[in-house]
Amino acid sequence: MRLAVVDTDRCIGCQSCMFACTRRQGETGFAHSRINVRSKGGMERGFIVVVCRACRDPPCSKVCPTDALKPRDGGGVIFDSDRCIGCRNCQNACPIGAVFWNEEINKPMICIHCGYCINYCPHGVLTMEET
Amino acid sequence: MHPSDPLKNILYVDLTEKEFWVEEKPELFQNYLGGTGVAIKLLLEECPQGCDPLSKDNPIILAVGPLTGLYPFASKTVAMFKSPHTGNLGESHCGGRNAIALRMAGYGAVVIKGASETPIYLAIHGDKVYFRDASALWGMQNSFTVGRIIRENEPNAGFRSIMRIGGAGEKLVSYACVTSETYRHFGRLGLGAVFGSKKLKAIVISGRRSLPIKDKREYCRLYDEIYHKAIESEVMKKYHDLGTAENIMPLNKLGALPTRNLLYSQLEDAEGISGETLASQYLGRRLACSHCPIGCIHIAALREPYEDEAYFYKTTMISYDYELIYSLGSMLGVSNAHDLLRLIDKVETYAMDAMSAGVTLAWATEAQRQGLISERETNGLKLEWGEAEEYIKAIDLIIKQPNEFYQALARGVEYASTKYGGGEYALSFGGNEMPGYHTGPAAHIGFLIGARHSHLDNAGYSIDQKTLIEKQLSPEELVEKLIEEESWRQILSSLVVCFFARGVYQPRVVEETLRVTGFNIDDPKKLGREILEEKYRFKTREGFNLRNLSIPKRILETSSAIGEIDGEYIRRSIEYAEETLIGVKG
Ligand code: SF4
Ligand code: SF4
Repeated sequence: MRLAVVDTDRCIGCQSCMFACTRRQGETGFAHSRINVRSKGGMERGFIVVVCRACRDPPCSKVCPTDALKPRDGGGVIFDSDRCIGCRNCQNACPIGAVFWNEEINKPMICIHCGYCINYCPHGVLTMEET
Repeated sequence: MHPSDPLKNILYVDLTEKEFWVEEKPELFQNYLGGTGVAIKLLLEECPQGCDPLSKDNPIILAVGPLTGLYPFASKTVAMFKSPHTGNLGESHCGGRNAIALRMAGYGAVVIKGASETPIYLAIHGDKVYFRDASALWGMQNSFTVGRIIRENEPNAGFRSIMRIGGAGEKLVSYACVTSETYRHFGRLGLGAVFGSKKLKAIVISGRRSLPIKDKREYCRLYDEIYHKAIESEVMKKYHDLGTAENIMPLNKLGALPTRNLLYSQLEDAEGISGETLASQYLGRRLACSHCPIGCIHIAALREPYEDEAYFYKTTMISYDYELIYSLGSMLGVSNAHDLLRLIDKVETYAMDAMSAGVTLAWATEAQRQGLISERETNGLKLEWGEAEEYIKAIDLIIKQPNEFYQALARGVEYASTKYGGGEYALSFGGNEMPGYHTGPAAHIGFLIGARHSHLDNAGYSIDQKTLIEKQLSPEELVEKLIEEESWRQILSSLVVCFFARGVYQPRVVEETLRVTGFNIDDPKKLGREILEEKYRFKTREGFNLRNLSIPKRILETSSAIGEIDGEYIRRSIEYAEETLIGVKG
């Protein structure tokens, strides 16, 4: 299963999904959110939802020099924090900007496709999808 | 409060010296929560008695609360300042992303003091504060453009808020507003002019920290309760579907929609500007404040042809709400949605309070019809009900201020009517222009005694519609009800929760949120009353006197939703309010 962004035009920019993502991690706020909602350059144009799209052949994984990002069954990656050296190659390789950065520990944060946030998107923007 | 909660941090910025520092005040927040409660204490401390609102001594205080960033609907920032519009307490609340941005930047409040000599904008990114040169932005009348430029210049998209002024703030129009995220405002009482007087074109604030939680399970349980209650509630659905514009038809039917400067309380063709019409013909997008899953912000797409070339169009996205439809629509006899949207766009471009602008123009229209002013004053304009083109030109002139008349209009209806007459129909309450509810005496008494002279202070309009329509209340009973509501709302605006979610944030839920966030408040209602009294302390200190309030005659002449309003009843109510709030016997 993977988290899918079905229709950004339905997004009202409430950022409830971002708060859900950090709540799932036992806190609140934005520091560790693995999903980001921002305007397309002014609220009048609507929003962009940036989150890992569970690539079949993830570029972030390919450029990791220490194999800290292993391709996950069904797409996306599994992150092994112990192996990570914080080189940011993965962040630079992701063309959609879905590799977020944990500044405190200098390591990437990537969606694990757990599906928690979709319960807090009241407008049908996010869904879980078979891969 | 959680010991590591950054809410206790207050950022002080001195625009004169270009300095900033942070002070920790945990007790202030522990005792007064945040938002209104904390802001009024800071205002009493920082604002010198009798200061000129447009001088460097007037502070700007922005405050959020303990629930900001923790629970849904805690999506507003409270601003406090001395109002250049009324010369007294200035307080306005704004949605958008500023509350979350301020909290995520690591502060509970920001206090801005002094004034810059040259135009600047402030960039607050977490613990870094930059004084950026805004000389190139000064003179830029269009608040949309200002936002667009700063958006390009500053980092942290998605985690920031851009609060700016347009032409009205620069020109010190006393009801200039501050616009945030293009469509939300610190609307009332002239914060925009205070920005302008400090040569402060904008504030951008961003942050992306995390906030600690004490008991994760309890926190999530309560979060879900609040979230689901709201999502499933009828009221919230109403705000999402048609938005506040939904109220146009019902209020018009009741005979409560102020029309043509309240010569009438019904607009014959209100349908032309109803929430239903706007939604079916113009609605282009709906938006939400950060951390509000409802999304009541309705944006119309207005497509207009250019006159000089065929097949050449522009499409403007314009936010509409009940208050704007009333003040720039029915109040001016404009019942065509296209015209209305153009007027709204004009007011929004310059960033001025739509309610004050509309009510002032409504007065001017009547004054011109009565011959108190002529085309000599209006610079050749013929203000006439429904004539949007003339009103649009008049708004340009309020900014340009080519003569004394427009300088007067730039200071609101009370000032203008003192100068030119027509006080009987100048719809000002404590110096602030009337909101769109001619429901009955409770609404008007509410505007008069409310600390901000706003319909949202105590929702008198709701008492009219729910109680007075069925039975009489004595002035004492009515005032008690209004004060009780206003006191409770001080808690909501200290937390700071959007008033539209007040149905969800009932006392029990509020107490639970306080418990979960580690606040020890014995009796929130009592605290609410105390905060209200503090606001009144400031008002009295700055010369406000309930007894001197003038009651616009017009409200007694035009029948309201519950019939004619008795002036004596209003006077007795005000006397009782004075006894109760200030302890002065009538
Ligand atoms: S699916 Fe899980 S990890 Fe991914 S953004 Fe949503 S809550 Fe965060
Ligand atoms: S919860 Fe849904 S509507 Fe709200 S910001 Fe996220 S994707 Fe958009």
